[in-house]
Amino acid sequence: MYDFELVKPASLQEAIEAMQAEDAQALGGGQTLLPTMKARLAMADTLVALSAIEEIKGICTDDDGRLCIGGGTTHAMVQRDCAESFPALASLAGRIGDPAVRNRGTIGGSLANNDPSACYPAAALACNATIVTQNREIAADDYFLGMFTTALEEREIVTEVRFPVPEAAHYEKFIQPASRFPLVAVFVAKYSDAVRVAVTGASSDGVFRWNEAEAALSGNFSEDAVKGLSAPDADGMISDLHGDGAYRAHLVKVMCARAVKACA
Amino acid sequence: MTKVTMIVNGKSRSAEAEGRTLLVDWLREGLRLTGTHVGCDTTQCGACIVHLNGEPVKACSVLAQEVDGAEVTTIEGIAGADGTLSAVQQAFQDYHGLQCGFCTPGMVMAATSLLRENPRPSEAEVRHYLEGNICRCTGYHNIVKAVMAASGQDVPAVAAE
Repeated sequence: MYDFELVKPASLQEAIEAMQAEDAQALGGGQTLLPTMKARLAMADTLVALSAIEEIKGICTDDDGRLCIGGGTTHAMVQRDCAESFPALASLAGRIGDPAVRNRGTIGGSLANNDPSACYPAAALACNATIVTQNREIAADDYFLGMFTTALEEREIVTEVRFPVPEAAHYEKFIQPASRFPLVAVFVAKYSDAVRVAVTGASSDGVFRWNEAEAALSGNFSEDAVKGLSAPDADGMISDLHGDGAYRAHLVKVMCARAVKACA
Repeated sequence: MTKVTMIVNGKSRSAEAEGRTLLVDWLREGLRLTGTHVGCDTTQCGACIVHLNGEPVKACSVLAQEVDGAEVTTIEGIAGADGTLSAVQQAFQDYHGLQCGFCTPGMVMAATSLLRENPRPSEAEVRHYLEGNICRCTGYHNIVKAVMAASGQDVPAVAAE
């Protein structure tokens, strides 16, 4: 790792001030950023560790019934504390990485990084969650801008994520067993007025909504409605030694059908 | 360099750390507690698992300064003061849950956490929990048997054997 200065603010305000330093980088749980820095694929003059900021940790429900999760909340906490309020999200959190990774990695870190195969972006987009920073609130529909790219500005910190809790939801993950990331995963969220389907792991542009499936499921929320669709276009899908684009496109359909079936 | 102090295996211990010093290096180089191993250094293999404030973490992916003041248990803190092995350690010996032994500290730390959270896990739960620990010798079967035995359950022939 290249050398850097580590700053450990105890409050959000101190973190915002620390992030004003030149070439400052926020550090969430460090389960992606630290390995990347060790490989010298990333560096920073100042690393601002967010893990001591209690005010951005924890889970509550707001007046609109939305589940509000602090940006510094670990996957293990979501797995444990959302099991009743939003079981599909708890299940997603409990399948990220492994137990040790889940004790450090955070929802804010995952959403800020926007890995094209990360789990949380699928839940956030399928629920059109609101990503909250120190400056503003961003709808998930406007937040994910491509592989490792988001609407976040420099120095912006994810302080909270607000999920409208669906009537029914399921996250179906076809795991890549070496990395524990999804090869392809689909989050289906059914609301009283709409069905939303978000896909991760498949597209080289990162998480996306499968519009055809949403339209079909809005009229007929059943596995058969998905089975009647063509798989999404394989162009633009990730191709690697684990699976080519056509295989991933096929998996999108299969994972979506399984997710819908599991919602029933 | 900054002086970092933690409660390690029940005792207050201090050593210097740079901002970039990893917890595992602080333990190994700073405190000479070399039982915690560095296998992959990329957050995958689990050989460096320690308990940080009671929870398992990969010590190669935590900065020492970040957790200044924490309570840490390493493999050196698992056996009794008189050297009596813990139930998990004894079961690893009894069921030949190790060959070269390199992954063993992380396996024991992870298995100890599992049994604290879930005292009577199923075989599938053991395998699921140990997904972040890689062993290149045993093929895992004897490790799974050891964890089942340490939980006080019968040790059946494992499913994939």
